[in-house]
Amino acid sequence: MKSEYDVIVVGGGPAGSMAARFAAEQGVSVIMLEKDRDIGYPVRCGEAVSKAGIEEFIKPDDVFISTTIDKFAMISPDGTEVVIPLEQSGFILERRIFDYELAKQAASYGVEIITRAYVNGLIIEDGKVCGVKYEYKGEQQEMRSKVVIAADGVESRIGRWAGIKTHIDFRDMESCTQVTAANIDVDSSTLYFYFGKDVAPEGYFWIFPKRNNSANIGLGVSGAIGKKTSSQTYLNKFMSEHYPNAPILTKIAGGVPSSITLEKISAPGIILVGDAARQVNPLSGGGIVSGMIGGKIGGTIVGEAIKQNNLNHILTYDKAWAERLGKRHEIFGRIKDTIYNLSDEKYNSIAHAISKVPMQKRSLGNVFKIALFNKPSLLIDIAKVFLIK
Amino acid sequence: MLLIDIIPNKCDFCGCCVGVCPEDAIELKEAEIKIDENLCTNCSKCVWACPIEVLKFNKERLVNKNR
Ligand SMILES: Cc1cc2nc3c(=O)[nH]c(=O)nc-3n(C[C@H](O)[C@H](O)[C@H](O)COP(=O)(O)OP(=O)(O)OC[C@H]3O[C@@H](n4cnc5c(N)ncnc54)[C@H](O)[C@@H]3O)c2cc1C
Ligand code: SF4
Ligand code: SF4
Repeated sequence: MKSEYDVIVVGGGPAGSMAARFAAEQGVSVIMLEKDRDIGYPVRCGEAVSKAGIEEFIKPDDVFISTTIDKFAMISPDGTEVVIPLEQSGFILERRIFDYELAKQAASYGVEIITRAYVNGLIIEDGKVCGVKYEYKGEQQEMRSKVVIAADGVESRIGRWAGIKTHIDFRDMESCTQVTAANIDVDSSTLYFYFGKDVAPEGYFWIFPKRNNSANIGLGVSGAIGKKTSSQTYLNKFMSEHYPNAPILTKIAGGVPSSITLEKISAPGIILVGDAARQVNPLSGGGIVSGMIGGKIGGTIVGEAIKQNNLNHILTYDKAWAERLGKRHEIFGRIKDTIYNLSDEKYNSIAHAISKVPMQKRSLGNVFKIALFNKPSLLIDIAKVFLIK
Repeated sequence: MLLIDIIPNKCDFCGCCVGVCPEDAIELKEAEIKIDENLCTNCSKCVWACPIEVLKFNKERLVNKNR
């Protein structure tokens, strides 16, 4: 370990590993600091991704893929279950291994990695971030850099120390609890989503199947709901009603920052990527692939800036992100507000309408049409999603 | 005066509370959580965001103080 690098990446999740890799690909020196003992653990995630999404970064491999998904099921508040085939397949990952593989990929490009290094401050000189202060092996230390990449997840604080507003409205925080349970008898190629005010108000409840009859079962609720009833209460209720005897292999809490991207994700000497930048798709809550995309764009720009000896170039990252995904997320955010606020009756009538469509004619497009019929104001926003490609 | 209590040994270190705290008053390590009473305004946003009821707004402490 040196005392100075071109780039310091803080956080060893998917966004951090990809930022580190793409910066290193430009031929600059990169170190990644992770506070936990292990990369990829604990897993605070439902682990669902689209196949196309991860293929941009890594070849799908059974080592980190638990199951392959080709349908999703929507269960409305009155218990009506409709199954809809997906045009594109997806995976449920083993993130414990997936995150490791991504870090190893970064390492293969020359990135150094240190775990148990907790960053607790920034070195700022003349208004520019010039490195980090961190705790390692019980000692307070410093490390200098040309650029810091904050990939420190939902709990991100690093951007704040550089003067960027990073905290989000408590109503936009989806507070999640999830168990990974055994003996769950569901179809292993279907994602299950439950809606309604009794199971997951202002959010959704999921069952994502994993190998050998196990599954990730969990939900997210907005902080506005959490004010009255915690996420955990809803999960306990669901489990005791549906799977009272299922052995619980893991139980976690977690947060999905379901807001649009922060107004500002770069400043002199620093950029933010992944959950730290709030790059999660606010509609689905998926942040693995979008965080990797943020990391790729950010890491590449940072690498270029250092190589060209033009550090101002990092400030072009905001625009590059907005164009690839940021603007689309704004529309997703508005669709989320509509969908999460549908009444139980609306969810029921949408499910009933879909159940009348023959299986071979069911598609995501058709489901949207039916949802639109029930809530015409969605139309404008959905139209925009297809216009901004 | 800090009115937010952290129930001992209950925290899962998930970071929801840190993500919503407007004052950057919460410090979260791998297995350690602390609230800085000099920064905290007792706004309770962290309490509402915690998925597993680790944080509590302690009303009694407020009442006792005002006595
Ligand atoms: C319950 C739940 C279910 C989810 N389900 C899905 C899903 O099915 N599909 C999907 O795509 N997304 C899902 N997500 C979202 C997804 O998990 C995140 O968007 C994704 O992990 C973000 O990656 P990241 O690299 O930005 O952050 P993270 O993966 O959170 O990594 C951040 C890293 O930074 C480290 N760190 C933090 N602070 C410091 C510090 N000060 N010093 C050093 N290191 C630090 C942390 O320890 C952590 O390892 C889910 C989230 C939750 C909570
Ligand atoms: S009460 Fe408000 S200021 Fe205090 S720690 Fe919680 S969120 Fe931060
Ligand atoms: S939100 Fe709750 S469980 Fe999560 S870190 Fe904060 S206090 Fe701990």
